[in-house]
Amino acid sequence: MSIFDYFRNNKKDSASVAKERLQIIVAHERNQRNQPDYLPKLQQELLEVIRKYVDVDQDQVEVALDNNGNCSVLELNITLPDR
Amino acid sequence: MARIIVVTSGKGGVGKTTTSAAISSGLALRGHKTAVIDFDIGLRNLDIVMNCERRVVYDFVNVINGDANLRQALIKDKRVENLYILPASQTRDKDALTVEGVEKVLTDLAADGFEYIICDSPAGIEHGAFMALYFADTAIVVANPEVSSVRDSDRILGILQSKSRRAENGERVEECLLLTRYNPERVAKGEMLAVADVEEILATKLLGVIPESETVLKASNQGVPVIHDATSTAGQAYTDAVARLLGDDVEHRFINMEHKGLFKRLFRRSA
Repeated sequence: MSIFDYFRNNKKDSASVAKERLQIIVAHERNQRNQPDYLPKLQQELLEVIRKYVDVDQDQVEVALDNNGNCSVLELNITLPDR
Repeated sequence: MARIIVVTSGKGGVGKTTTSAAISSGLALRGHKTAVIDFDIGLRNLDIVMNCERRVVYDFVNVINGDANLRQALIKDKRVENLYILPASQTRDKDALTVEGVEKVLTDLAADGFEYIICDSPAGIEHGAFMALYFADTAIVVANPEVSSVRDSDRILGILQSKSRRAENGERVEECLLLTRYNPERVAKGEMLAVADVEEILATKLLGVIPESETVLKASNQGVPVIHDATSTAGQAYTDAVARLLGDDVEHRFINMEHKGLFKRLFRRSA
Protein backbone atom coordinates (compact mmCIF):
# COMPACT_ATOMS: atom_id res chain seq x y z
CA MET A 1 0.00 0.00 0.00
CA SER A 2 1.27 3.45 -0.79
CA ILE A 3 0.43 6.57 1.20
CA PHE A 4 -1.80 7.71 -1.65
CA ASP A 5 -4.21 4.86 -0.98
CA TYR A 6 -5.61 6.92 1.90
CA PHE A 7 -6.80 9.56 -0.52
CA ARG A 8 -8.56 7.14 -2.81
CA ASN A 9 -12.28 7.05 -2.68
CA ASN A 10 -13.67 4.21 -0.67
CA LYS A 11 -15.69 2.66 -3.46
CA LYS A 12 -15.05 -1.08 -3.58
CA ASP A 13 -13.11 -2.23 -6.58
CA SER A 14 -14.76 -4.66 -8.97
CA ALA A 15 -12.41 -7.54 -8.15
CA SER A 16 -13.57 -7.51 -4.50
CA VAL A 17 -17.19 -7.52 -5.64
CA ALA A 18 -16.43 -10.50 -7.87
CA LYS A 19 -14.76 -12.36 -5.01
CA GLU A 20 -17.66 -11.79 -2.63
CA ARG A 21 -20.27 -12.85 -5.18
CA LEU A 22 -18.29 -15.97 -6.04
CA GLN A 23 -17.83 -16.97 -2.41
CA ILE A 24 -21.58 -16.81 -1.84
CA ILE A 25 -22.66 -18.69 -4.98
CA VAL A 26 -19.93 -21.33 -4.69
CA ALA A 27 -20.86 -22.04 -1.05
CA HIS A 28 -24.53 -22.33 -2.03
CA GLU A 29 -23.82 -24.68 -4.92
CA ARG A 30 -21.49 -26.87 -2.86
CA ASN A 31 -24.28 -27.29 -0.35
CA GLN A 32 -26.69 -28.49 -3.04
CA ARG A 33 -24.06 -30.78 -4.47
CA ASN A 34 -23.96 -32.73 -1.23
CA GLN A 35 -27.56 -33.79 -1.58
CA PRO A 36 -27.96 -37.47 -2.44
CA ASP A 37 -28.43 -38.37 -6.12
CA TYR A 38 -31.65 -40.25 -5.48
CA LEU A 39 -33.70 -37.18 -4.51
CA PRO A 40 -34.99 -36.28 -8.02
CA LYS A 41 -35.94 -39.90 -8.73
CA LEU A 42 -37.55 -40.24 -5.30
CA GLN A 43 -39.59 -37.12 -6.03
CA GLN A 44 -40.64 -38.54 -9.41
CA GLU A 45 -41.74 -41.87 -7.98
CA LEU A 46 -43.54 -40.30 -5.04
CA LEU A 47 -45.38 -38.11 -7.50
CA GLU A 48 -46.50 -41.16 -9.47
CA VAL A 49 -47.87 -42.82 -6.33
CA ILE A 50 -49.71 -39.69 -5.26
CA ARG A 51 -51.15 -39.24 -8.76
CA LYS A 52 -52.83 -42.61 -8.48
CA TYR A 53 -55.10 -41.05 -5.91
CA VAL A 54 -54.99 -37.29 -6.34
CA ASP A 55 -54.44 -35.12 -9.38
CA VAL A 56 -51.32 -33.07 -8.57
CA ASP A 57 -48.65 -31.38 -10.65
CA GLN A 58 -44.89 -31.86 -10.53
CA ASP A 59 -44.33 -28.53 -8.77
CA GLN A 60 -46.85 -29.29 -6.07
CA VAL A 61 -44.64 -31.96 -4.58
CA GLU A 62 -41.52 -30.80 -2.77
CA VAL A 63 -38.90 -33.16 -1.44
CA ALA A 64 -36.10 -31.86 0.75
CA LEU A 65 -33.45 -33.50 2.85
CA ASP A 66 -32.10 -31.63 5.86
CA ASN A 67 -29.12 -32.64 7.91
CA ASN A 68 -29.33 -31.89 11.61
CA GLY A 69 -26.19 -33.11 13.25
CA ASN A 70 -26.26 -36.90 13.11
CA CYS A 71 -29.81 -37.31 11.86
CA SER A 72 -31.36 -36.49 8.51
CA VAL A 73 -34.94 -35.35 8.01
CA LEU A 74 -36.75 -36.12 4.78
CA GLU A 75 -39.40 -33.50 4.35
CA LEU A 76 -42.28 -34.10 1.97
CA ASN A 77 -44.56 -31.23 1.13
CA ILE A 78 -47.57 -31.88 -1.08
CA THR A 79 -50.09 -29.22 -2.00
CA LEU A 80 -53.44 -30.90 -2.65
CA PRO A 81 -55.79 -29.25 -5.12
CA ASP A 82 -59.08 -27.66 -3.99
CA ARG A 83 -62.15 -29.81 -4.24
CA MET B 1 1.81 -47.34 -15.06
CA ALA B 2 0.98 -44.29 -17.08
CA ARG B 3 -0.15 -41.15 -15.32
CA ILE B 4 -3.44 -39.93 -16.79
CA ILE B 5 -3.93 -36.17 -16.66
CA VAL B 6 -7.17 -34.47 -17.69
CA VAL B 7 -7.18 -30.83 -18.75
CA THR B 8 -10.65 -29.58 -17.94
CA SER B 9 -12.55 -26.39 -17.04
CA GLY B 10 -16.30 -26.56 -17.53
CA LYS B 11 -16.31 -23.22 -19.32
CA GLY B 12 -15.21 -22.99 -22.94
CA GLY B 13 -12.53 -20.71 -24.31
CA VAL B 14 -10.36 -20.56 -21.20
CA GLY B 15 -7.38 -22.31 -22.76
CA LYS B 16 -7.82 -26.07 -22.35
CA THR B 17 -6.50 -26.99 -25.79
CA THR B 18 -3.67 -24.43 -25.60
CA THR B 19 -2.76 -25.91 -22.22
CA SER B 20 -3.02 -29.54 -23.41
CA ALA B 21 -0.72 -28.73 -26.34
CA ALA B 22 1.77 -26.88 -24.13
CA ILE B 23 1.81 -29.35 -21.22
CA SER B 24 2.09 -32.44 -23.44
CA SER B 25 4.91 -30.82 -25.44
CA GLY B 26 6.61 -29.82 -22.19
CA LEU B 27 6.45 -33.35 -20.78
CA ALA B 28 7.89 -34.75 -24.02
CA LEU B 29 10.63 -32.09 -23.99
CA ARG B 30 11.56 -33.36 -20.55
CA GLY B 31 12.04 -36.80 -22.11
CA HIS B 32 8.78 -38.49 -21.17
CA LYS B 33 6.86 -40.52 -23.71
CA THR B 34 3.57 -38.64 -23.87
CA ALA B 35 0.26 -39.03 -25.69
CA VAL B 36 -2.32 -36.26 -25.92
CA ILE B 37 -5.92 -37.21 -26.74
CA ASP B 38 -8.59 -34.84 -28.05
CA PHE B 39 -11.92 -35.76 -26.40
CA ASP B 40 -13.90 -33.05 -28.18
CA ILE B 41 -15.77 -35.35 -30.57
CA GLY B 42 -17.28 -33.40 -33.45
CA LEU B 43 -15.23 -30.27 -32.72
CA ARG B 44 -11.66 -31.44 -33.06
CA ASN B 45 -9.11 -28.67 -32.61
CA LEU B 46 -6.06 -30.03 -30.89
CA ASP B 47 -4.76 -31.12 -34.31
CA ILE B 48 -4.80 -27.59 -35.72
CA VAL B 49 -3.27 -26.07 -32.57
CA MET B 50 -0.46 -28.63 -32.84
CA ASN B 51 -0.10 -28.26 -36.61
CA CYS B 52 -0.93 -31.81 -37.61
CA GLU B 53 -4.41 -31.21 -39.04
CA ARG B 54 -3.35 -32.38 -42.49
CA ARG B 55 -1.87 -35.60 -41.20
CA VAL B 56 -5.05 -36.96 -39.61
CA VAL B 57 -6.03 -40.27 -41.17
CA TYR B 58 -7.69 -42.19 -38.36
CA ASP B 59 -9.08 -40.83 -35.11
CA PHE B 60 -10.00 -41.72 -31.52
CA VAL B 61 -13.45 -43.08 -32.48
CA ASN B 62 -11.96 -45.23 -35.28
CA VAL B 63 -9.69 -46.82 -32.68
CA ILE B 64 -12.54 -47.41 -30.22
CA ASN B 65 -14.67 -48.98 -32.96
CA GLY B 66 -11.80 -51.16 -34.12
CA ASP B 67 -11.63 -49.57 -37.60
CA ALA B 68 -7.98 -48.74 -36.99
CA ASN B 69 -5.35 -49.66 -34.44
CA LEU B 70 -3.63 -47.20 -32.13
CA ARG B 71 -0.40 -47.11 -34.10
CA GLN B 72 -2.28 -46.14 -37.26
CA ALA B 73 -4.18 -43.36 -35.51
CA LEU B 74 -1.42 -41.82 -33.38
CA ILE B 75 0.27 -38.87 -35.08
CA LYS B 76 3.91 -38.34 -34.23
CA ASP B 77 4.72 -34.73 -33.38
CA LYS B 78 7.25 -33.19 -35.76
CA ARG B 79 8.90 -30.96 -33.14
CA VAL B 80 9.46 -33.18 -30.13
CA GLU B 81 10.51 -36.78 -29.84
CA ASN B 82 8.24 -38.93 -27.67
CA LEU B 83 5.05 -36.94 -28.35
CA TYR B 84 2.00 -38.43 -30.08
CA ILE B 85 -1.40 -36.94 -30.80
CA LEU B 86 -4.67 -38.87 -30.98
CA PRO B 87 -7.15 -36.62 -32.76
CA ALA B 88 -10.90 -36.48 -32.09
CA SER B 89 -13.38 -37.63 -34.66
CA GLN B 90 -14.92 -34.82 -36.68
CA THR B 91 -18.09 -36.48 -37.87
CA ARG B 92 -19.42 -39.23 -35.65
CA ASP B 93 -21.72 -38.59 -32.76
CA LYS B 94 -20.23 -38.00 -29.35
CA ASP B 95 -21.83 -41.05 -27.74
CA ALA B 96 -19.26 -43.09 -29.65
CA LEU B 97 -17.03 -42.72 -26.59
CA THR B 98 -17.78 -45.54 -24.17
CA VAL B 99 -16.23 -46.18 -20.78
CA GLU B 100 -14.94 -49.57 -21.99
CA GLY B 101 -13.64 -48.13 -25.26
CA VAL B 102 -11.80 -45.26 -23.59
CA GLU B 103 -10.39 -47.55 -20.94
CA LYS B 104 -9.01 -49.92 -23.58
CA VAL B 105 -7.27 -47.07 -25.45
CA LEU B 106 -5.71 -45.81 -22.19
CA THR B 107 -4.60 -49.29 -21.15
CA ASP B 108 -3.12 -49.97 -24.60
CA LEU B 109 -1.21 -46.66 -24.50
CA ALA B 110 0.21 -47.55 -21.08
CA ALA B 111 1.19 -51.00 -22.33
CA ASP B 112 2.91 -49.30 -25.27
CA GLY B 113 5.24 -47.50 -22.86
CA PHE B 114 3.51 -44.12 -22.64
CA GLU B 115 4.33 -42.47 -19.31
CA TYR B 116 1.90 -39.57 -19.54
CA ILE B 117 -1.52 -39.42 -21.18
CA ILE B 118 -3.06 -35.97 -21.46
CA CYS B 119 -6.83 -35.90 -21.99
CA ASP B 120 -7.99 -32.64 -23.57
CA SER B 121 -11.59 -32.27 -22.37
CA PRO B 122 -14.38 -30.56 -24.31
CA ALA B 123 -16.17 -27.67 -22.60
CA GLY B 124 -19.35 -28.33 -20.67
CA ILE B 125 -20.29 -31.21 -18.38
CA GLU B 126 -21.73 -33.53 -21.01
CA HIS B 127 -20.65 -37.03 -21.99
CA GLY B 128 -17.35 -36.05 -23.66
CA ALA B 129 -16.17 -34.04 -20.66
CA PHE B 130 -17.19 -36.87 -18.34
CA MET B 131 -15.28 -39.42 -20.44
CA ALA B 132 -12.18 -37.20 -20.43
CA LEU B 133 -12.06 -36.95 -16.64
CA TYR B 134 -13.35 -40.39 -15.66
CA PHE B 135 -9.99 -42.22 -15.64
CA ALA B 136 -7.84 -39.29 -14.51
CA ASP B 137 -5.18 -39.58 -11.82
CA THR B 138 -4.54 -35.85 -11.97
CA ALA B 139 -6.81 -33.00 -13.09
CA ILE B 140 -5.55 -29.68 -14.32
CA VAL B 141 -8.47 -27.30 -13.90
CA VAL B 142 -7.93 -24.36 -16.24
CA ALA B 143 -9.59 -21.12 -15.16
CA ASN B 144 -9.53 -17.46 -16.10
CA PRO B 145 -9.65 -14.88 -13.29
CA GLU B 146 -13.27 -14.15 -14.08
CA VAL B 147 -16.55 -15.02 -12.31
CA SER B 148 -18.13 -17.47 -14.77
CA SER B 149 -14.94 -19.42 -15.26
CA VAL B 150 -14.26 -19.72 -11.52
CA ARG B 151 -17.81 -20.83 -10.82
CA ASP B 152 -17.67 -23.48 -13.56
CA SER B 153 -14.31 -24.66 -12.26
CA ASP B 154 -15.91 -25.31 -8.89
CA ARG B 155 -18.60 -27.42 -10.54
CA ILE B 156 -15.97 -29.44 -12.38
CA LEU B 157 -14.11 -29.96 -9.08
CA GLY B 158 -17.36 -31.30 -7.62
CA ILE B 159 -17.75 -33.72 -10.54
CA LEU B 160 -14.14 -34.90 -10.17
CA GLN B 161 -14.81 -35.58 -6.49
CA SER B 162 -17.97 -37.59 -7.10
CA LYS B 163 -18.09 -39.01 -10.63
CA SER B 164 -14.53 -40.00 -11.49
CA ARG B 165 -13.39 -43.61 -11.21
CA ARG B 166 -11.04 -42.66 -8.39
CA ALA B 167 -13.97 -41.11 -6.49
CA GLU B 168 -16.02 -44.26 -7.05
CA ASN B 169 -13.17 -46.28 -5.53
CA GLY B 170 -12.98 -43.97 -2.53
CA GLU B 171 -9.78 -42.30 -3.77
CA ARG B 172 -9.11 -38.74 -4.81
CA VAL B 173 -8.11 -37.29 -8.13
CA GLU B 174 -5.12 -35.02 -7.58
CA GLU B 175 -6.56 -31.62 -8.50
CA CYS B 176 -4.58 -28.55 -9.41
CA LEU B 177 -5.45 -25.13 -10.68
CA LEU B 178 -3.95 -23.42 -13.72
CA LEU B 179 -4.92 -19.79 -13.95
CA THR B 180 -4.60 -18.48 -17.52
CA ARG B 181 -4.88 -15.03 -19.12
CA TYR B 182 -3.70 -13.44 -15.90
CA ASN B 183 -2.97 -9.74 -15.97
CA PRO B 184 -1.01 -8.53 -12.89
CA GLU B 185 -1.50 -4.86 -13.83
CA ARG B 186 -5.29 -5.20 -13.78
CA VAL B 187 -5.09 -7.18 -10.54
CA ALA B 188 -3.07 -4.35 -9.00
CA LYS B 189 -5.76 -1.90 -10.07
CA GLY B 190 -8.45 -4.04 -8.46
CA GLU B 191 -10.03 -4.84 -11.81
CA MET B 192 -9.25 -8.55 -11.83
CA LEU B 193 -9.46 -11.38 -9.30
CA ALA B 194 -6.03 -12.10 -7.81
CA VAL B 195 -4.45 -15.58 -7.80
CA ALA B 196 -4.88 -15.74 -4.04
CA ASP B 197 -8.61 -14.97 -4.34
CA VAL B 198 -9.19 -17.76 -6.86
CA GLU B 199 -7.10 -20.20 -4.81
CA GLU B 200 -9.12 -19.31 -1.73
CA ILE B 201 -12.51 -19.69 -3.44
CA LEU B 202 -11.67 -23.00 -5.10
CA ALA B 203 -9.44 -24.32 -2.28
CA THR B 204 -7.22 -26.02 -4.84
CA LYS B 205 -3.45 -26.25 -5.13
CA LEU B 206 -1.96 -23.87 -7.70
CA LEU B 207 -0.08 -25.48 -10.58
CA GLY B 208 0.74 -22.26 -12.32
CA VAL B 209 -0.26 -18.84 -13.53
CA ILE B 210 -0.06 -18.16 -17.26
CA PRO B 211 0.12 -14.43 -17.89
CA GLU B 212 -2.01 -12.91 -20.63
CA SER B 213 0.31 -12.76 -23.60
CA GLU B 214 0.12 -11.95 -27.29
CA THR B 215 2.39 -14.89 -27.98
CA VAL B 216 -0.41 -17.36 -27.17
CA LEU B 217 -2.46 -16.31 -30.21
CA LYS B 218 0.65 -16.12 -32.37
CA ALA B 219 1.56 -19.65 -31.32
CA SER B 220 -1.84 -21.08 -32.25
CA ASN B 221 -1.79 -19.12 -35.54
CA GLN B 222 1.38 -20.96 -36.43
CA GLY B 223 0.50 -24.29 -34.86
CA VAL B 224 3.48 -24.19 -32.53
CA PRO B 225 2.61 -24.88 -28.88
CA VAL B 226 3.54 -21.73 -26.94
CA ILE B 227 5.90 -23.65 -24.63
CA HIS B 228 8.38 -23.76 -27.53
CA ASP B 229 8.71 -19.97 -27.33
CA ALA B 230 11.26 -19.62 -24.54
CA THR B 231 11.24 -15.82 -24.86
CA SER B 232 7.53 -15.57 -24.10
CA THR B 233 6.33 -15.21 -20.50
CA ALA B 234 3.45 -17.62 -21.25
CA GLY B 235 5.92 -20.18 -22.62
CA GLN B 236 8.12 -19.82 -19.54
CA ALA B 237 5.10 -20.12 -17.25
CA TYR B 238 4.06 -23.37 -18.96
CA THR B 239 7.61 -24.71 -18.62
CA ASP B 240 7.42 -23.98 -14.88
CA ALA B 241 4.01 -25.67 -14.65
CA VAL B 242 5.37 -28.82 -16.33
CA ALA B 243 8.27 -28.86 -13.86
CA ARG B 244 5.82 -28.63 -10.93
CA LEU B 245 3.72 -31.40 -12.45
CA LEU B 246 6.87 -33.55 -12.39
CA GLY B 247 7.39 -32.73 -8.73
CA ASP B 248 10.02 -29.96 -9.03
CA ASP B 249 9.80 -27.13 -6.54
CA VAL B 250 9.61 -24.04 -8.74
CA GLU B 251 8.71 -20.62 -7.43
CA HIS B 252 5.67 -18.97 -9.04
CA ARG B 253 6.42 -16.15 -11.45
CA PHE B 254 4.38 -13.58 -13.37
CA ILE B 255 1.98 -13.10 -10.44
CA ASN B 256 3.07 -9.62 -9.46
CA MET B 257 3.72 -6.55 -11.51
CA GLU B 258 7.31 -6.07 -12.56
CA HIS B 259 9.31 -3.95 -10.18
CA LYS B 260 9.33 -0.31 -10.99
CA GLY B 261 11.42 2.63 -9.85
CA LEU B 262 10.94 4.44 -6.54
CA PHE B 263 8.82 7.13 -8.13
CA LYS B 264 6.35 4.69 -9.63
CA ARG B 265 6.27 2.65 -6.44
CA LEU B 266 5.24 5.69 -4.46
CA PHE B 267 2.32 6.26 -6.80
CA ARG B 268 1.18 2.73 -7.30
CA ARG B 269 -1.96 1.49 -5.72
CA SER B 270 -2.01 -1.52 -3.44
CA ALA B 271 -0.43 -4.50 -5.15
